[in-house]
Amino acid sequence: MADQVLDAKGLNCPLPILRAKKAIKEMTAGQVLEIQATDPGAVKDFEAFCRSTGNEMVDHRVDGGTYVFNIRVN
Amino acid sequence: MTDTEAKSMSIIVTKGTLDWGYPPFILATTAAAMGLEVTMFFTFYGLTLLKKKPDLKINPLGNAAMEMPMGGRHMAMPNIVAAMPGATALTTAMMKDMLKKKGVASIEELREMAVEADVKIIACQMTMDLFEYKTSDMIDGLELGGAATWVDAATRCDINLYI
Repeated sequence: MADQVLDAKGLNCPLPILRAKKAIKEMTAGQVLEIQATDPGAVKDFEAFCRSTGNEMVDHRVDGGTYVFNIRVN
Repeated sequence: MTDTEAKSMSIIVTKGTLDWGYPPFILATTAAAMGLEVTMFFTFYGLTLLKKKPDLKINPLGNAAMEMPMGGRHMAMPNIVAAMPGATALTTAMMKDMLKKKGVASIEELREMAVEADVKIIACQMTMDLFEYKTSDMIDGLELGGAATWVDAATRCDINLYI
């Protein structure tokens, strides 16, 4: 279960990443942020974001037309 | 640029139209979100992006690659039409409408996020003087500098872009 949920549906690059970063800043290490996005580019971008920032992509799935990412804050 | 372990990026911003205003702010805000220290150096037409109330426009004149999606197809505007009075206002309105419908942030929003993320903003002193812009015309918190200021920052950056 995520500690926080970010609704980034309908937003386009780079807003999902920027909103996620803003949410992560308010969270503590070990907490999980769930992000819901509709931008297909978000899939590659969140992988890259995690690789660069060291936050961990716990899982990601497609739920209907929504991409759901779970990221554990480092 | 400080000598921290964080990676860093600099961007020279030379263009100030509604289309070309996007790449520098998208990359700067994203890089900042990914933990990079970012410096943006605004020169020539890029300076218009720093105005307190930017009034960005776009015109397809001379841009043969510009076409707009329209009813499942793409339409380009012939140069002779793009040169007519009102063509800039029309294209600008269409572009802004399209950006909004597709959930793309406005340049002003991205700029605000760049400032919030502590992106260092440098306005080129020479082109400020050349075009007679006053710092009071521009957003708060910018620094003034010249070519040497950017070169100095760039020598310590991992990524240097010219847009």
